[in-house]
Amino acid sequence: MTSSATDLAVQARGLVKTFGRQRAVDGLDIDIPAGIVHGVLGPNGAGKTTLIRMLATLLRPDAGTARVFGHDVVREAEAVRRRISLTGQFASVDEDLTARENLVLLARLHGHTSGAARRRADELLEGFGLTEAAGRLTRQLSGGMRRRLDIAASILVRPDLLFLDEPTTGLDPRSRSHVWDLVRRIVAEGTTVLLTTQYLDEADQLAHRIAVVDHGRVIASGTRGELKASAGAGGVRVRLSDPGQRDKARAVLTTVLGAPVHPDDDPAGLRGQIAADRPGGSAGIAVEALAHLARAGIEVSDFSYGRPSLDEVFLALTGNPAELTEATA
Amino acid sequence: MTTLAAPPPGGPAGPVAASITFAWRSLLKIKHVPEQLGDVIGIPVLFTLLFTYLFGGAVSGSTHQYLQYLLPGTLALAVVFVTVYSGVTLNRDLTTGTFDRYRSMPIWRPAPVVGALIGDLGRYLLAAGLVVGLGFAMGYRAHGGAPGVLAAVALVTLFASALSWTWTTLGLVLRTPTAVMNLGFVVLFPLTFVSNVFVAPRTMPAWLRDVADANPISHLVTTARALMNGTATSHQVLGVIATSAAITIVFAPLTTVLYQRRQ
Ligand SMILES: Nc1ncnc2c1ncn2[C@@H]1O[C@H](COP(=O)(O)OP(=O)(O)OP(=O)(O)O)[C@@H](O)[C@H]1O
Ligand SMILES: [Mg+2]
Repeated sequence: MTSSATDLAVQARGLVKTFGRQRAVDGLDIDIPAGIVHGVLGPNGAGKTTLIRMLATLLRPDAGTARVFGHDVVREAEAVRRRISLTGQFASVDEDLTARENLVLLARLHGHTSGAARRRADELLEGFGLTEAAGRLTRQLSGGMRRRLDIAASILVRPDLLFLDEPTTGLDPRSRSHVWDLVRRIVAEGTTVLLTTQYLDEADQLAHRIAVVDHGRVIASGTRGELKASAGAGGVRVRLSDPGQRDKARAVLTTVLGAPVHPDDDPAGLRGQIAADRPGGSAGIAVEALAHLARAGIEVSDFSYGRPSLDEVFLALTGNPAELTEATA
Repeated sequence: MTTLAAPPPGGPAGPVAASITFAWRSLLKIKHVPEQLGDVIGIPVLFTLLFTYLFGGAVSGSTHQYLQYLLPGTLALAVVFVTVYSGVTLNRDLTTGTFDRYRSMPIWRPAPVVGALIGDLGRYLLAAGLVVGLGFAMGYRAHGGAPGVLAAVALVTLFASALSWTWTTLGLVLRTPTAVMNLGFVVLFPLTFVSNVFVAPRTMPAWLRDVADANPISHLVTTARALMNGTATSHQVLGVIATSAAITIVFAPLTTVLYQRRQ
């Protein structure tokens, strides 16, 4: 082993959880270094929630092992619970209590005296922009407020590892960026965050490292940059003035890029990845491609060059873009 | 501000403190959602009014005389009905993310269940107060005086606390809160009707009378009546306490084990 188990916030090997015939988590390995936001990205039913529930000692794995800061989640569940905090996918605050009562209740469970619990609750309500909502019943709060309350409830006492299961699903763009700010603040103060999401841009914005999960397994992992690099060195997109020249343009581009070029849905559009082993740097090759098209007498109305998006990464990995919902912004 | 804060030096709440905190949660829920209790308390209140004024004359010769007989019975009925809610709320809680959060905290695991049952005492006392208050307004006289009434309420509450463990067990086994509620009433209706709550079993056919006489609800009601009339024997009271203890010894550990195993 390269690093000792305790440097890792999470270390899981061969985790399996089945529900009847459904293999929700199916031989999953993951290492999460302490001190970062680690994204777990995957479509509906990928097994994200099941993974978190096992790591949070709520579900017993059918096979495999998982350690949180070196403590086994089954045999040392109590020690694990002292280090973690969970914000579940579905409202993990009590609907029939007010925002403030929810926080005071949890603060008391953490061992605060009633005065200290109230002070801590008020401090968090203020810090999370919830002061006005403090006395309202939780079920009357907006989705964004409730989510913020959910997160506040998880950091009444500094957790070493915070699980956030799809913290921004269903939120409007403003509420999302508010939640993102909170997550950045939390990790800046030293807490490790395991964040699941279906949103590629969310993982891109927040996560230092990302594991892409599908059908209960990690199908790719690394830093944002590494993941994107795995899908190619970069890509170009071209839109021609004359759709009739598409075949000719395709042949030219295939030669220059050294990789297959695909027609777009747009009848005048083409796109292709630049082969990773191509000498000269991908930006240089993009410029070269444009020059070759001009020399061949092909008029270009639009040209773009860029590193692949996580969207393209996911597409390249699974060949299945339809299952993954892009954030509606 | 700093977002994060260090844990309190004493560490997380112990089993007793955690249970009391969860009891407080139950009481807050009664405060915020009192309508949850509506149907459960509505039935005994309705029965007290309906049976007294409708059948009182026929059964006992006068409504007043029947009320003297009926009221300790509906007191028990009200509180016993409310116990079903312990199972219903536990079942509802289990399906929410709230319980996932509690269960991932470093506190005594059964604390949410034990605390909820302590908090339910508040509901029992509320239901008892309502029925007794209604009885007095309708002209009920307690010959045992205030001590007799309080002792009867205490005994009924004790029995209810024991009985609620059976519903929490069911709440852990059944799938939906409605299923718990339905099964609860399917069991409780015959159990309370085939007893001495409404009429003396001596007017029943022999086989039914045997059932009614053996029914623990009958013993509870007999004792509550005697306490309120000031004629109770320690034998009667100890009998109810023993029954309550027996129910608790079986179902409290069963609830705890099922809850711990629950994934
Ligand atoms: N308690 C359960 N009983 C039966 N099947 C379950 C249970 N929990 C999860 N599953 C199944 O396991 C699979 C993985 O579910 P999981 O909730 O972990 O996915 P997810 O990645 O969190 O999805 P989503 O993005 O929709 O939240 C799904 O097919 C789901 O139907
Ligand atoms: Mg999920």
